[in-house]
Amino acid sequence: MENGRIRIALTGKPNAGKSSLFNHLTGLNQKIGNFPGVTVDKRMGYCQLDSNTQAEIIDLPGIYSLYPRTLDEKIVTEIFSDQKSELYPDKVVLIADATNLKNCMLLLTQLIDLRIPTVVALNMMDLAAKSGLSIDVKRLSSLLDLPVVMINARKGHGIYELKRLLAEPLSASRKSVFQIDDEIKPVIAIIRNHFTLATDYEAYHFLQQTDNLVFLTQEQRAFIKAVAKEHQFFPHKYQGAETVMRYGFIQELLNKAIVKPSHRDWKRVSHGIDRVLTHKVGGYLIFFGVLFLIFQAIFAWAQIPMDFIDSSFARLSNNLSRQLPEGPFFELISQGIVPGIGGIVIFIPQIAILFACIAILEESGYMARVVFLMDKAMRKFGLNGKSVVPLMSGWACAIPAIMATRTIDNWKERLITIFVTPFMSCSARLPVFTILVALIIPDVKLFGFFNYQGMVLMGLYLLGFLAAILSAWAMKFIIRTKERSFLMMELPTYRMPRWPNVGYTIVEKTKTFVFEAGRVILAISIILWVLASYGPVDEMNDAKRVVRSESSSLQLSEAEIENRVAAYKLEHSYAGKLGKGIEPLIRPLGFDWKIGIALVTSFAAREVFVGTIATIYSIGSTEDQPTIKQRLRSEINPETGGPRYTPAVGMSLLIFYTFAMQCMSTLAIVKRETKGWKWPLLQLAYMTGLAYLSAFIVFHVMS
Amino acid sequence: MAKNVAEMLPGETAIIAGFADEQIGLKLLELGLLPGTAIRFNFTAPFGDPVCVSVSDVDLSLRIDEASTISVIN
Repeated sequence: MENGRIRIALTGKPNAGKSSLFNHLTGLNQKIGNFPGVTVDKRMGYCQLDSNTQAEIIDLPGIYSLYPRTLDEKIVTEIFSDQKSELYPDKVVLIADATNLKNCMLLLTQLIDLRIPTVVALNMMDLAAKSGLSIDVKRLSSLLDLPVVMINARKGHGIYELKRLLAEPLSASRKSVFQIDDEIKPVIAIIRNHFTLATDYEAYHFLQQTDNLVFLTQEQRAFIKAVAKEHQFFPHKYQGAETVMRYGFIQELLNKAIVKPSHRDWKRVSHGIDRVLTHKVGGYLIFFGVLFLIFQAIFAWAQIPMDFIDSSFARLSNNLSRQLPEGPFFELISQGIVPGIGGIVIFIPQIAILFACIAILEESGYMARVVFLMDKAMRKFGLNGKSVVPLMSGWACAIPAIMATRTIDNWKERLITIFVTPFMSCSARLPVFTILVALIIPDVKLFGFFNYQGMVLMGLYLLGFLAAILSAWAMKFIIRTKERSFLMMELPTYRMPRWPNVGYTIVEKTKTFVFEAGRVILAISIILWVLASYGPVDEMNDAKRVVRSESSSLQLSEAEIENRVAAYKLEHSYAGKLGKGIEPLIRPLGFDWKIGIALVTSFAAREVFVGTIATIYSIGSTEDQPTIKQRLRSEINPETGGPRYTPAVGMSLLIFYTFAMQCMSTLAIVKRETKGWKWPLLQLAYMTGLAYLSAFIVFHVMS
Repeated sequence: MAKNVAEMLPGETAIIAGFADEQIGLKLLELGLLPGTAIRFNFTAPFGDPVCVSVSDVDLSLRIDEASTISVIN
């Protein structure tokens, strides 16, 4: 504790209401790591407990016990079993689901044995009451020798009491649940003395989970293993007995503290819904219906705010060009920075809608049923039912999606999921898709309801999904492993989504897009504007003279000459030279050097395509800045005299962007998650190769 | 007669007797599937795998391979 600030960790089993409580405690005062994900990285926030105590709150991934099954859970074990850790909490809040106390208690009894000062927050008391269950909270508190508070994390009830309790001094429970076997007491004593540990149970974990505890050095591990071997301590030998002993304690506790056992009415409702949602035919139809609705929502509902943002930024840029003095610096602002920011802001509505849909599915408990429905099919393709969530998140952003694969315990299935997730069309592709689809597909409705553009968009998403699933299937045969695969997960009871949580998810994910991807987009669009505005000095200065002499016989108006000068300048700028340089390579796909520039710049982040195209086509234009779409439509291919963006070129580009790996951040995160460059480089080569080949085929078939 | 969870029918209840696989058994224990506890077989996913069971008011989804390692009596 320093300067009245304490560190509090929130822990508990998945779906117990940790995120809701965290949001209530911290409000918007949250600090999220660089790459947030629903249950992935630890979230931190601050909370004023009383007038002189501030607390740093850490939201830990949901776990059932200190024996981790996944990478996510390992973090929690590490934090609790390393008292010297920077993240070691002063106090812990264990959120328990009152409707199902039994399997929230296993972790609690372990925390008791570690002598960690803990407050038990009983959540979902309303549901427990509905099912006829009543809990003797006082009795429970005295049996555990720990304070127990009732909260409603959804509505925020009981938060005040919890805060007050946390501000006061809190001591650890004096109970001892796990009685360590006499025969291993000597070896426990050796480890405890050697590492000066506070409890026997901590020493026991050092022995049990030597390899899981990352904070131990190689020498320390070797020491523990040598001691264990000498005393014939075999890890896992006692784990089963420990769990049974703990449940014995828990059952006795619950027999005393629970007044009336539950009857199963509200579960019956859940099973009734399950009968429909996991039905052989209906279940899948509903799932695909839900997906279809999501895409219609993205394409149709986001249109109004997007049009508004689009025209606002065009007007702003135009006004600034007129009002600011002349000079390269002011041009940079009005023509480089402002349109660059506009290019980021415009996609917020779509991203927000997509994340809202995913959050609602997670919150309601439906996502777990999707895992249940898809597990068998996914396994055929070398994946796991749990791969569905990362793959679906991949439609939003591959970065949190790849981090969400940590819930998959099997390494091979996890690796395959990581490898194929970038095929899922992320929100960064949406900007590219939106513009190109709107350009080459007429805005007509089928039966007056289904939007053709929406259907093509869904087709592209489906194509990305197929690429993912077929690649996964191929990898299933390439990668060999002896590790076993598990599913075993809880199917949470259906409930209304907690809307504030949905709101937080939207804010959090949109922020990630704006600040992570947006930074790159803005930086690159500024660099690009510079590249496209400047070139070798003599060539640029010659522009006016060359254009005038070339077109002297055409009797053009002053404005038309200006446009030609601008086009000439762009062609001879550094960006133009770069695009021309790769033209031979991309000509087989139907692309010209302007598209070439966009491909080069969007290698780092694919959404930059739009910013690039916007910059390329708007630079030097004296007329009102038209919207990107209109500008693309009027672009002429000098070879054919027809439009540049024919359906064949548009389709070829769409296919290229569906498959290509153009995201530096994703490659970086894959490197981090797979611990090496091997997989990200393979991914880059494979995806880009597939993109090139497919675009080539599409272009030649269509033209 | 000893049988396993994978052989149960929807709606059937039984008592957990033990685990045939140590690794899976340890994980199941932590989820509250203790020998002596009642287990109810609820329904299967389309194509018969995975399955949904209830143990002390929790719904769990297990693969058939996992369910078949749990021996039950009823």
